[in-house]
Amino acid sequence: MNLTLHVWRQKGPQDKGKLETYPAKDVSSDMSFLEMLDEVNDKLIKEGKDPIAFDHDCREGICGMCSSVVNGRPHGHQEKTTVCQLHMRQFEDGADIVVEPWLAKAFPIQKDLIVDRSALDVIMQAGGYTSCHTGGVVDANSLLIPKPVADFSMDAAECIGCGACIAACPNSSAMLFTSAKVAQLAVLPQGKAEAKDRVLEMTKAMLDEGFGNCTNHYECQEACPKGISVKFIATLNREYLKSFT
Amino acid sequence: MAVTGFMLVCFISVHLLGNLSVFFGVDAINIYAEKLHSLGPVVWIFRMAILLLFAVHITFGIQLTVENSSASPEAYAIKKRLKTTFAAESMIYTGLIILVFLLYHLLHFTVHVVHTDAVSAVQTLVNGRPDVFTMIGKSFNNAFISIVYVIAMCALFLHLSHGLQSFIQTFGLNNGKTQDIVAGIGKLAAIFYGLAYIAIPLAFLFHIVKI
Repeated sequence: MNLTLHVWRQKGPQDKGKLETYPAKDVSSDMSFLEMLDEVNDKLIKEGKDPIAFDHDCREGICGMCSSVVNGRPHGHQEKTTVCQLHMRQFEDGADIVVEPWLAKAFPIQKDLIVDRSALDVIMQAGGYTSCHTGGVVDANSLLIPKPVADFSMDAAECIGCGACIAACPNSSAMLFTSAKVAQLAVLPQGKAEAKDRVLEMTKAMLDEGFGNCTNHYECQEACPKGISVKFIATLNREYLKSFT
Repeated sequence: MAVTGFMLVCFISVHLLGNLSVFFGVDAINIYAEKLHSLGPVVWIFRMAILLLFAVHITFGIQLTVENSSASPEAYAIKKRLKTTFAAESMIYTGLIILVFLLYHLLHFTVHVVHTDAVSAVQTLVNGRPDVFTMIGKSFNNAFISIVYVIAMCALFLHLSHGLQSFIQTFGLNNGKTQDIVAGIGKLAAIFYGLAYIAIPLAFLFHIVKI
Protein backbone atom coordinates (compact mmCIF):
# COMPACT_ATOMS: atom_id res chain seq x y z
CA MET A 1 0.00 0.00 0.00
CA ASN A 2 1.11 3.56 -0.66
CA LEU A 3 -0.37 6.26 1.50
CA THR A 4 -0.02 9.99 2.06
CA LEU A 5 0.09 11.04 5.70
CA HIS A 6 -0.77 14.53 6.92
CA VAL A 7 0.61 14.56 10.46
CA TRP A 8 0.42 17.27 13.13
CA ARG A 9 3.98 18.37 13.89
CA GLN A 10 4.68 20.58 16.90
CA LYS A 11 8.15 20.95 18.41
CA GLY A 12 7.07 21.69 21.97
CA PRO A 13 4.23 22.84 24.24
CA GLN A 14 4.86 26.52 23.48
CA ASP A 15 5.44 26.14 19.74
CA LYS A 16 2.90 26.52 17.01
CA GLY A 17 2.14 23.31 15.17
CA LYS A 18 1.01 22.51 11.65
CA LEU A 19 0.11 19.56 9.47
CA GLU A 20 3.02 18.20 7.45
CA THR A 21 2.81 15.71 4.62
CA TYR A 22 4.82 12.47 4.46
CA PRO A 23 4.60 9.61 1.99
CA ALA A 24 4.24 6.09 3.47
CA LYS A 25 5.38 3.68 0.79
CA ASP A 26 5.18 -0.13 0.57
CA VAL A 27 3.05 -0.38 3.69
CA SER A 28 1.93 -3.92 4.52
CA SER A 29 -1.83 -4.21 5.05
CA ASP A 30 -1.08 -6.44 8.06
CA MET A 31 0.75 -3.67 9.89
CA SER A 32 -0.89 -1.84 12.72
CA PHE A 33 -1.23 1.92 12.39
CA LEU A 34 1.60 2.45 14.88
CA GLU A 35 3.86 -0.02 13.05
CA MET A 36 3.23 1.99 9.90
CA LEU A 37 4.28 5.15 11.82
CA ASP A 38 7.38 3.27 13.07
CA GLU A 39 8.42 2.62 9.46
CA VAL A 40 7.81 6.24 8.47
CA ASN A 41 9.93 7.26 11.47
CA ASP A 42 12.77 4.88 10.49
CA LYS A 43 12.89 6.60 7.14
CA LEU A 44 12.78 10.08 8.73
CA ILE A 45 15.63 9.15 11.08
CA LYS A 46 17.74 7.83 8.18
CA GLU A 47 17.14 11.13 6.39
CA GLY A 48 18.33 12.96 9.51
CA LYS A 49 14.87 14.36 10.21
CA ASP A 50 12.99 14.51 13.51
CA PRO A 51 10.74 11.42 13.83
CA ILE A 52 7.02 11.79 14.58
CA ALA A 53 6.50 11.61 18.35
CA PHE A 54 3.50 9.55 19.44
CA ASP A 55 2.38 7.84 22.63
CA HIS A 56 2.21 4.05 22.84
CA ASP A 57 2.86 1.28 25.30
CA CYS A 58 1.23 -2.16 25.25
CA ARG A 59 0.11 -2.08 21.61
CA GLU A 60 -2.56 -4.60 22.62
CA GLY A 61 -5.44 -2.17 23.02
CA ILE A 62 -5.57 -2.30 26.79
CA CYS A 63 -3.22 0.28 28.26
CA GLY A 64 -4.81 3.48 26.98
CA MET A 65 -1.55 5.14 25.97
CA CYS A 66 -2.01 5.47 22.21
CA SER A 67 -3.91 8.57 21.31
CA SER A 68 -4.32 9.91 17.82
CA VAL A 69 -7.23 11.32 15.90
CA VAL A 70 -7.16 9.58 12.53
CA ASN A 71 -9.21 11.17 9.75
CA GLY A 72 -11.36 13.05 12.24
CA ARG A 73 -12.08 10.13 14.58
CA PRO A 74 -10.23 9.42 17.82
CA HIS A 75 -8.42 6.06 17.32
CA GLY A 76 -9.61 5.96 13.70
CA HIS A 77 -12.76 4.74 12.05
CA GLN A 78 -12.85 1.12 13.24
CA GLU A 79 -15.33 0.80 16.09
CA LYS A 80 -14.18 -0.17 19.58
CA THR A 81 -10.54 -0.24 18.53
CA THR A 82 -7.53 1.66 19.84
CA VAL A 83 -5.23 3.12 17.23
CA CYS A 84 -2.57 0.51 18.08
CA GLN A 85 -5.04 -2.21 17.09
CA LEU A 86 -6.16 -0.40 13.96
CA HIS A 87 -4.66 -2.24 11.01
CA MET A 88 -3.71 -0.82 7.65
CA ARG A 89 -6.07 -3.21 5.88
CA GLN A 90 -8.80 -0.85 7.08
CA PHE A 91 -7.53 1.79 4.65
CA GLU A 92 -7.68 2.00 0.88
CA ASP A 93 -4.45 1.95 -1.11
CA GLY A 94 -3.52 5.50 -2.09
CA ALA A 95 -5.51 7.02 0.76
CA ASP A 96 -4.78 10.36 2.39
CA ILE A 97 -4.68 10.01 6.17
CA VAL A 98 -4.81 12.98 8.55
CA VAL A 99 -3.28 12.27 11.97
CA GLU A 100 -3.82 14.77 14.78
CA PRO A 101 -3.33 14.70 18.55
CA TRP A 102 -6.18 14.88 21.12
CA LEU A 103 -7.18 18.56 21.11
CA ALA A 104 -8.43 19.94 24.43
CA LYS A 105 -7.35 22.76 26.73
CA ALA A 106 -6.88 20.22 29.54
CA PHE A 107 -4.57 18.12 27.33
CA PRO A 108 -1.66 20.42 26.40
CA ILE A 109 0.35 19.12 23.44
CA GLN A 110 3.87 18.11 24.46
CA LYS A 111 5.23 17.21 21.05
CA ASP A 112 3.59 16.22 17.76
CA LEU A 113 0.91 13.64 18.68
CA ILE A 114 1.78 13.42 22.38
CA VAL A 115 -0.47 15.24 24.83
CA ASP A 116 -0.21 15.54 28.62
CA ARG A 117 -3.15 13.59 30.05
CA SER A 118 -2.26 14.00 33.72
CA ALA A 119 -5.52 15.95 34.19
CA LEU A 120 -7.21 12.53 34.16
CA ASP A 121 -4.93 11.44 37.02
CA VAL A 122 -6.02 14.50 38.98
CA ILE A 123 -9.66 13.43 38.57
CA MET A 124 -8.76 9.92 39.78
CA GLN A 125 -6.85 11.29 42.76
CA ALA A 126 -9.93 13.33 43.73
CA GLY A 127 -11.99 10.22 44.45
CA GLY A 128 -11.46 7.33 42.07
CA TYR A 129 -10.66 4.90 44.88
CA THR A 130 -12.09 3.34 48.03
CA SER A 131 -10.34 3.95 51.31
CA CYS A 132 -11.83 1.10 53.33
CA HIS A 133 -9.57 -1.03 55.55
CA THR A 134 -9.55 -4.37 53.86
CA GLY A 135 -7.88 -6.36 56.65
CA GLY A 136 -7.02 -9.94 55.84
CA VAL A 137 -8.18 -11.82 52.81
CA VAL A 138 -11.93 -12.38 53.12
CA ASP A 139 -13.62 -15.69 52.46
CA ALA A 140 -14.87 -16.16 48.95
CA ASN A 141 -18.53 -15.24 48.50
CA SER A 142 -18.76 -13.65 51.93
CA LEU A 143 -19.87 -10.41 50.28
CA LEU A 144 -22.48 -11.32 47.71
CA ILE A 145 -22.94 -8.98 44.78
CA PRO A 146 -25.77 -9.63 42.32
CA LYS A 147 -24.54 -10.54 38.84
CA PRO A 148 -26.22 -7.57 37.06
CA VAL A 149 -24.54 -5.19 39.54
CA ALA A 150 -21.15 -6.85 39.08
CA ASP A 151 -21.61 -6.70 35.28
CA PHE A 152 -22.56 -3.01 35.44
CA SER A 153 -19.48 -2.24 37.49
CA MET A 154 -17.21 -4.29 35.22
CA ASP A 155 -18.61 -2.57 32.12
CA ALA A 156 -17.71 0.81 33.64
CA ALA A 157 -14.32 -0.50 34.75
CA GLU A 158 -13.46 -1.31 31.14
CA CYS A 159 -12.47 2.34 30.69
CA ILE A 160 -8.73 2.45 29.93
CA GLY A 161 -8.50 6.21 30.45
CA CYS A 162 -7.15 6.94 26.98
CA GLY A 163 -9.03 10.23 26.64
CA ALA A 164 -10.73 9.48 23.30
CA CYS A 165 -14.03 10.60 24.86
CA ILE A 166 -12.55 14.04 25.55
CA ALA A 167 -11.00 14.21 22.08
CA ALA A 168 -14.36 13.41 20.49
CA CYS A 169 -16.47 15.74 22.65
CA PRO A 170 -17.26 19.12 21.05
CA ASN A 171 -16.97 20.57 24.58
CA SER A 172 -13.82 18.60 25.54
CA SER A 173 -15.78 17.28 28.49
CA ALA A 174 -14.38 14.40 30.54
CA MET A 175 -17.86 13.36 31.65
CA LEU A 176 -17.74 9.82 30.19
CA PHE A 177 -14.36 9.10 31.81
CA THR A 178 -15.44 10.58 35.16
CA SER A 179 -18.81 8.85 35.07
CA ALA A 180 -17.24 5.46 34.38
CA LYS A 181 -14.92 5.91 37.36
CA VAL A 182 -17.78 7.11 39.59
CA ALA A 183 -20.21 4.41 38.44
CA GLN A 184 -17.86 1.43 38.76
CA LEU A 185 -17.57 2.10 42.51
CA ALA A 186 -20.99 3.63 43.23
CA VAL A 187 -22.88 0.38 42.71
CA LEU A 188 -20.57 -1.82 44.80
CA PRO A 189 -20.83 -2.11 48.59
CA GLN A 190 -17.15 -1.16 48.96
CA GLY A 191 -17.72 2.05 47.04
CA LYS A 192 -21.01 3.15 48.53
CA ALA A 193 -19.53 4.50 51.77
CA GLU A 194 -17.73 7.34 49.98
CA ALA A 195 -20.14 7.70 47.05
CA LYS A 196 -21.36 11.19 47.97
CA ASP A 197 -17.92 12.72 48.43
CA ARG A 198 -16.55 10.87 45.40
CA VAL A 199 -19.04 12.23 42.88
CA LEU A 200 -18.72 15.78 44.18
CA GLU A 201 -14.92 15.75 44.34
CA MET A 202 -14.41 14.06 40.98
CA THR A 203 -16.79 16.35 39.07
CA LYS A 204 -15.19 19.37 40.77
CA ALA A 205 -11.73 18.14 39.77
CA MET A 206 -12.98 17.60 36.21
CA LEU A 207 -14.12 21.21 35.89
CA ASP A 208 -11.09 22.61 37.76
CA GLU A 209 -8.77 20.85 35.31
CA GLY A 210 -10.33 22.79 32.42
CA PHE A 211 -12.56 20.12 30.86
CA GLY A 212 -15.87 21.32 29.46
CA ASN A 213 -19.43 20.51 30.52
CA CYS A 214 -21.45 17.62 29.13
CA THR A 215 -24.26 18.73 26.83
CA ASN A 216 -25.28 15.22 25.80
CA HIS A 217 -23.86 15.01 22.27
CA TYR A 218 -22.87 11.36 22.98
CA GLU A 219 -19.84 11.59 20.66
CA CYS A 220 -17.82 10.09 23.52
CA GLN A 221 -19.70 6.79 23.49
CA GLU A 222 -19.15 6.37 19.76
CA ALA A 223 -15.44 7.19 19.97
CA CYS A 224 -14.71 5.04 23.03
CA PRO A 225 -12.49 2.07 22.09
CA LYS A 226 -14.03 0.12 24.96
CA GLY A 227 -17.65 0.98 24.17
CA ILE A 228 -18.31 2.71 27.50
CA SER A 229 -21.98 3.70 27.45
CA VAL A 230 -23.37 7.15 28.22
CA LYS A 231 -25.69 5.35 30.64
CA PHE A 232 -22.86 5.87 33.14
CA ILE A 233 -23.24 9.64 32.66
CA ALA A 234 -26.88 9.24 33.73
CA THR A 235 -25.59 7.23 36.71
CA LEU A 236 -23.16 10.03 37.60
CA ASN A 237 -26.00 12.56 37.36
CA ARG A 238 -28.13 10.38 39.68
CA GLU A 239 -25.24 10.05 42.12
CA TYR A 240 -24.72 13.82 41.97
CA LEU A 241 -28.38 14.51 42.79
CA LYS A 242 -28.30 11.86 45.55
CA SER A 243 -25.30 13.56 47.12
CA PHE A 244 -27.51 16.51 48.09
CA THR A 245 -30.05 14.35 49.95
CA MET B 1 -30.21 24.16 32.15
CA ALA B 2 -32.27 21.01 32.58
CA VAL B 3 -34.37 22.30 35.50
CA THR B 4 -35.21 25.64 33.87
CA GLY B 5 -35.60 23.93 30.50
CA PHE B 6 -38.12 21.48 31.97
CA MET B 7 -40.12 24.32 33.56
CA LEU B 8 -40.12 26.22 30.27
CA VAL B 9 -41.39 23.09 28.49
CA CYS B 10 -44.25 23.00 31.04
CA PHE B 11 -44.94 26.67 30.19
CA ILE B 12 -44.95 26.16 26.41
CA SER B 13 -47.27 23.16 26.89
CA VAL B 14 -49.85 25.25 28.76
CA HIS B 15 -49.35 28.14 26.32
CA LEU B 16 -49.91 25.79 23.38
CA LEU B 17 -53.10 24.37 24.89
CA GLY B 18 -54.46 27.90 25.30
CA ASN B 19 -53.41 28.96 21.81
CA LEU B 20 -54.92 25.91 20.13
CA SER B 21 -58.32 27.22 21.23
CA VAL B 22 -58.23 29.39 18.07
CA PHE B 23 -59.33 26.24 16.26
CA PHE B 24 -62.54 26.16 18.33
CA GLY B 25 -64.07 29.42 17.15
CA VAL B 26 -64.07 33.08 18.08
CA ASP B 27 -65.40 32.65 21.59
CA ALA B 28 -63.01 29.88 22.67
CA ILE B 29 -59.81 31.96 22.64
CA ASN B 30 -61.64 35.13 23.68
CA ILE B 31 -63.04 33.39 26.77
CA TYR B 32 -59.59 31.90 27.47
CA ALA B 33 -57.96 35.35 27.18
CA GLU B 34 -60.64 37.00 29.33
CA LYS B 35 -60.26 34.33 32.06
CA LEU B 36 -56.51 34.76 31.99
CA HIS B 37 -56.76 38.54 32.36
CA SER B 38 -59.38 38.24 35.12
CA LEU B 39 -56.76 36.52 37.28
CA GLY B 40 -55.17 39.98 37.67
CA PRO B 41 -52.01 39.99 39.81
CA VAL B 42 -51.68 36.19 39.54
CA VAL B 43 -51.06 36.56 35.79
CA TRP B 44 -48.37 39.14 36.48
CA ILE B 45 -46.68 36.96 39.10
CA PHE B 46 -46.80 34.10 36.58
CA ARG B 47 -45.40 36.30 33.80
CA MET B 48 -42.56 37.50 36.01
CA ALA B 49 -41.73 33.92 37.01
CA ILE B 50 -41.63 32.88 33.33
CA LEU B 51 -39.39 35.83 32.45
CA LEU B 52 -37.10 34.92 35.35
CA LEU B 53 -36.99 31.32 34.09
CA PHE B 54 -36.08 32.51 30.61
CA ALA B 55 -33.40 34.82 32.04
CA VAL B 56 -31.82 32.02 34.11
CA HIS B 57 -32.03 29.53 31.22
CA ILE B 58 -30.43 31.97 28.77
CA THR B 59 -27.72 33.05 31.23
CA PHE B 60 -26.78 29.42 31.95
CA GLY B 61 -26.88 28.64 28.22
CA ILE B 62 -24.48 31.44 27.37
CA GLN B 63 -22.22 30.58 30.34
CA LEU B 64 -22.15 26.93 29.25
CA THR B 65 -21.28 27.85 25.67
CA VAL B 66 -18.48 30.19 26.76
CA GLU B 67 -17.03 27.60 29.20
CA ASN B 68 -17.24 24.81 26.64
CA SER B 69 -15.64 26.76 23.82
CA SER B 70 -12.81 27.78 26.17
CA ALA B 71 -12.32 24.08 27.04
CA SER B 72 -11.81 23.21 23.37
CA PRO B 73 -10.06 26.20 21.83
CA GLU B 74 -8.43 24.33 18.91
CA ALA B 75 -10.35 22.84 16.01
CA TYR B 76 -9.38 19.62 14.24
CA ALA B 77 -8.40 19.81 10.57
CA ILE B 78 -10.98 17.05 10.01
CA LYS B 79 -13.74 16.19 12.48
CA LYS B 80 -16.29 13.46 11.83
CA ARG B 81 -19.70 13.79 13.48
CA LEU B 82 -20.29 10.43 15.18
CA LYS B 83 -23.57 10.63 17.05
CA THR B 84 -24.41 14.26 17.68
CA THR B 85 -27.05 16.07 15.67
CA PHE B 86 -27.40 19.46 14.01
CA ALA B 87 -29.97 20.28 16.71
CA ALA B 88 -27.49 19.50 19.50
CA GLU B 89 -24.73 21.52 17.88
CA SER B 90 -26.92 24.55 17.26
CA MET B 91 -28.55 24.83 20.71
CA ILE B 92 -27.06 28.26 21.42
CA TYR B 93 -28.10 29.61 18.02
CA THR B 94 -31.66 28.22 18.12
CA GLY B 95 -31.85 29.48 21.70
CA LEU B 96 -30.86 32.99 20.64
CA ILE B 97 -33.34 32.90 17.74
CA ILE B 98 -36.05 31.96 20.26
CA LEU B 99 -34.92 34.84 22.53
CA VAL B 100 -35.20 37.40 19.69
CA PHE B 101 -38.56 35.90 18.75
CA LEU B 102 -39.73 36.06 22.36
CA LEU B 103 -39.04 39.81 22.49
CA TYR B 104 -40.82 40.30 19.16
CA HIS B 105 -43.74 38.12 20.29
CA LEU B 106 -44.15 40.15 23.50
CA LEU B 107 -44.01 43.45 21.58
CA HIS B 108 -46.57 42.05 19.18
CA PHE B 109 -49.25 40.30 21.23
CA THR B 110 -48.58 41.50 24.79
CA VAL B 111 -47.37 45.12 24.58
CA HIS B 112 -49.08 45.76 21.19
CA VAL B 113 -46.43 48.14 19.86
CA VAL B 114 -45.65 46.38 16.56
CA HIS B 115 -48.15 45.64 13.79
CA THR B 116 -50.56 48.04 15.51
CA ASP B 117 -53.09 47.91 12.66
CA ALA B 118 -53.60 44.16 13.20
CA VAL B 119 -53.50 44.17 16.99
CA SER B 120 -55.94 47.11 17.25
CA ALA B 121 -58.73 44.54 16.74
CA VAL B 122 -58.37 43.64 20.40
CA GLN B 123 -59.93 47.04 21.25
CA THR B 124 -63.29 45.92 19.88
CA LEU B 125 -65.63 43.67 21.82
CA VAL B 126 -67.22 40.48 20.55
CA ASN B 127 -69.94 39.06 22.79
CA GLY B 128 -68.72 41.50 25.45
CA ARG B 129 -65.10 40.29 25.33
CA PRO B 130 -61.93 41.81 23.76
CA ASP B 131 -61.55 40.28 20.29
CA VAL B 132 -58.28 38.41 20.70
CA PHE B 133 -59.28 35.99 17.92
CA THR B 134 -59.40 38.71 15.24
CA MET B 135 -56.18 40.26 16.55
CA ILE B 136 -54.41 36.92 16.03
CA GLY B 137 -56.17 36.25 12.73
CA LYS B 138 -55.40 39.66 11.20
CA SER B 139 -51.77 39.33 12.27
CA PHE B 140 -51.29 35.92 10.75
CA ASN B 141 -53.05 36.88 7.52
CA ASN B 142 -49.92 38.95 7.01
CA ALA B 143 -47.42 36.62 5.30
CA PHE B 144 -44.39 38.35 6.84
CA ILE B 145 -45.65 37.86 10.40
CA SER B 146 -46.60 34.24 9.72
CA ILE B 147 -43.20 33.47 8.21
CA VAL B 148 -41.43 35.00 11.21
CA TYR B 149 -43.50 32.82 13.54
CA VAL B 150 -42.92 29.69 11.44
CA ILE B 151 -39.13 30.26 11.38
CA ALA B 152 -39.11 30.82 15.14
CA MET B 153 -41.11 27.64 15.71
CA CYS B 154 -38.68 25.67 13.54
CA ALA B 155 -35.94 26.94 15.87
CA LEU B 156 -38.08 25.84 18.83
CA PHE B 157 -38.48 22.39 17.25
CA LEU B 158 -34.71 22.02 16.83
CA HIS B 159 -34.08 23.29 20.35
CA LEU B 160 -36.58 20.84 21.83
CA SER B 161 -35.46 17.89 19.72
CA HIS B 162 -32.16 17.96 21.60
CA GLY B 163 -33.39 19.56 24.82
CA LEU B 164 -36.23 17.17 25.66
CA GLN B 165 -34.14 14.00 25.62
CA SER B 166 -31.22 15.88 27.13
CA PHE B 167 -32.96 16.77 30.37
CA ILE B 168 -33.97 13.13 30.94
CA GLN B 169 -30.25 12.26 30.75
CA THR B 170 -29.22 15.19 32.94
CA PHE B 171 -31.78 14.24 35.60
CA GLY B 172 -30.21 10.77 35.58
CA LEU B 173 -33.46 9.09 34.52
CA ASN B 174 -31.85 7.17 31.66
CA ASN B 175 -30.31 3.74 31.58
CA GLY B 176 -28.79 1.70 28.77
CA LYS B 177 -32.16 0.38 27.62
CA THR B 178 -34.02 3.69 27.64
CA GLN B 179 -31.35 5.79 25.91
CA ASP B 180 -32.55 5.40 22.32
CA ILE B 181 -36.24 5.23 23.28
CA VAL B 182 -35.98 8.52 25.19
CA ALA B 183 -34.14 10.13 22.27
CA GLY B 184 -36.89 8.95 19.88
CA ILE B 185 -39.74 10.11 22.12
CA GLY B 186 -37.97 13.45 22.62
CA LYS B 187 -37.75 13.99 18.87
CA LEU B 188 -41.40 12.98 18.34
CA ALA B 189 -42.53 15.33 21.10
CA ALA B 190 -40.45 18.13 19.54
CA ILE B 191 -42.10 17.47 16.16
CA PHE B 192 -45.50 17.63 17.88
CA TYR B 193 -44.73 20.97 19.57
CA GLY B 194 -43.26 22.38 16.36
CA LEU B 195 -46.18 21.32 14.14
CA ALA B 196 -48.83 22.36 16.66
CA TYR B 197 -47.35 25.84 17.05
CA ILE B 198 -46.75 26.26 13.31
CA ALA B 199 -50.35 25.18 12.59
CA ILE B 200 -51.72 28.37 14.17
CA PRO B 201 -50.17 31.01 11.86
CA LEU B 202 -50.48 28.76 8.79
CA ALA B 203 -54.18 28.07 9.48
CA PHE B 204 -54.88 31.81 9.33
CA LEU B 205 -52.47 32.51 6.47
CA PHE B 206 -54.11 29.90 4.24
CA HIS B 207 -57.59 30.86 5.49
CA ILE B 208 -58.28 27.41 6.93
CA VAL B 209 -59.41 29.34 9.97
CA LYS B 210 -61.27 32.47 8.82
CA ILE B 211 -61.65 35.71 10.75
